[in-house]
Amino acid sequence: MTNQHFIYLLRLADSPLILAQRLSEWCGHGPVLEEDLALSNMALDLIGQARLLLTHAGRVESRDRDEDQLAFLRMENKYRNLTIVELPNGDFGQTVTRNFLFSAYQVELWKRLQISTDTELAAIAAKSIKESTYHLSHSAEWVIRLGDGTEESHLRMQTALDQLWPYSAELFTSDDTDRSMAESGIGVDPSAFKTDWQSTVSQVIGEATLTLPADTPFVSSGKAGQHSEHMGHLLGELQYLQRTFPGAQW
Amino acid sequence: MYTQSMDLPQKKEQSASAPGAPENPEYQREFDARLAQGEFIEAKDWMPEAYRKTLIRQISQHAHSEIVGMLPEGNWITRAPTLKRKAILLAKVQDEGGHGLYLYSAAETLGISRDEMFEALHTGKAKYSSIFNYPTLTWADIGVIGWLVDGAAIMNQIPLCRCSYGPYARAMVRICKEESFHQRQGFDLLMTMMQGTNEQRVMVQDAVNRWWWPSLMMFGPHDSESTHSERGKQWGIKRISNDDLRQKFVDATAPQADILGVTLPDPNLKWNEKQERYEFGNIDWDEFWNVVNGNGHCNRERLAARVSAWQDGEWVREAALAHANKRAAKHPDGRVGEQAAPSMETAPMQTAPTAGST
Repeated sequence: MTNQHFIYLLRLADSPLILAQRLSEWCGHGPVLEEDLALSNMALDLIGQARLLLTHAGRVESRDRDEDQLAFLRMENKYRNLTIVELPNGDFGQTVTRNFLFSAYQVELWKRLQISTDTELAAIAAKSIKESTYHLSHSAEWVIRLGDGTEESHLRMQTALDQLWPYSAELFTSDDTDRSMAESGIGVDPSAFKTDWQSTVSQVIGEATLTLPADTPFVSSGKAGQHSEHMGHLLGELQYLQRTFPGAQW
Repeated sequence: MYTQSMDLPQKKEQSASAPGAPENPEYQREFDARLAQGEFIEAKDWMPEAYRKTLIRQISQHAHSEIVGMLPEGNWITRAPTLKRKAILLAKVQDEGGHGLYLYSAAETLGISRDEMFEALHTGKAKYSSIFNYPTLTWADIGVIGWLVDGAAIMNQIPLCRCSYGPYARAMVRICKEESFHQRQGFDLLMTMMQGTNEQRVMVQDAVNRWWWPSLMMFGPHDSESTHSERGKQWGIKRISNDDLRQKFVDATAPQADILGVTLPDPNLKWNEKQERYEFGNIDWDEFWNVVNGNGHCNRERLAARVSAWQDGEWVREAALAHANKRAAKHPDGRVGEQAAPSMETAPMQTAPTAGST
């Protein structure tokens, strides 16, 4: 039970951690200054979520691992993030499309976790839902703006959606950990809110004049620790200093 | 729209001071009197064309320095060693972007658009602070930039909080507050490293060795060589000379180096008891001018990064404008439904940068 609780918290923590790493790559390179700042803000929110969740996970695990030991010193197959967040940013359209799909998911997740029997998790969810609601509104506005903008932007957004859509299946897969956490009242089975997520997504995609792609049999497996080829490179940067100077204080 | 130039209310009045036209002696007297009394000049006020041009040059180059300055520090965000340091650095670099935003806005009040200013940056017509053409090679560089580069920037900028142009002065008040926070964060980063392993201490000393002289160069040429100083003083834009500011910086920084336990790379640096100031060695002005003229380590990369961010974002800006126009056509009375996407003008800006990271 403790181990499943720990794994469950890592899953919640690692997706914001890894998406923050990706979004921070935009810093200084955004299409307009205002969006540069907005993407950095979202990365900061996500780092904040990850820090709280990793600290809590470390306490639940009871092996004296703090947020940094968990964030920087695990092997790749011990990271439990959804694969979609580790994919390279692509262009601005791909970045906001991913933010949209993921933040719509996070909003549904936090909504339900606010009543978790794990009171620390419930408090983190209550704080995080405000941030994710903003991320959703920001990204949805951009999906609409770019989907409905010019011929080029429409094409780029449809391509982004087509490329990312197969990775959305993983958001709603559930395994023994999810089910056990849902039964205990600590967590939630993600399959329970797929319909709500779909309703948000299809409304915005429709307004953006984009076409919802058909589902495919592909299901990515990041939350089980099996990642894409991109993850190793991302971790190479993330872990660089901690791995090069073991035990140093920063 | 963020790219539109502002239609300034004094445009008609300005025709009297357009390039080539005679300045208005009566307005000039009033302007001079206000400067003499230490009053602010505001965007709607009459001002001599040369004053306006000087301010546009100075404020826009300051803004460019902020956004180009995001790049060397941005180089370490994905490699920051802890989550706390990552959040601090990201928030800091974001602050620099915010400074760029206030400063571009302040320059826009003088009748130039952000697009025009970007064009000047991208074509090399406008300069930015040459300190950002040095590479950030280790994590210690992040601390040293905070301590020395932001420290030098503060020395340069505090007098600007009292500069005669109101919008610039007010932007500088906020910027200086944030810069002094950045400087403390940089010092804290270095202090932590100096209390760490030998390898970390070596890293800090190496970074100090590389950044010390370029930091002194940030104050610009010696007063005897500086072309803009005299007029700047008359206009209340440049209140303290380059050499005086540089001296203040050395006097403030040398004792901090002792506290940190690093050596400043200048064998001629010593305290002069009689004059109550530090003496220091000669600056390599050939290096300074080389970097200013495009021959530093990173000049090409920095400019290329800004140009490609702008070019890669062109389709985004075009699409945003196209969408805003479509919406305006659908709602000619300017009223839109609650669910409709907001226009670029209201693109949401998050509140506290570190909201999620505490």
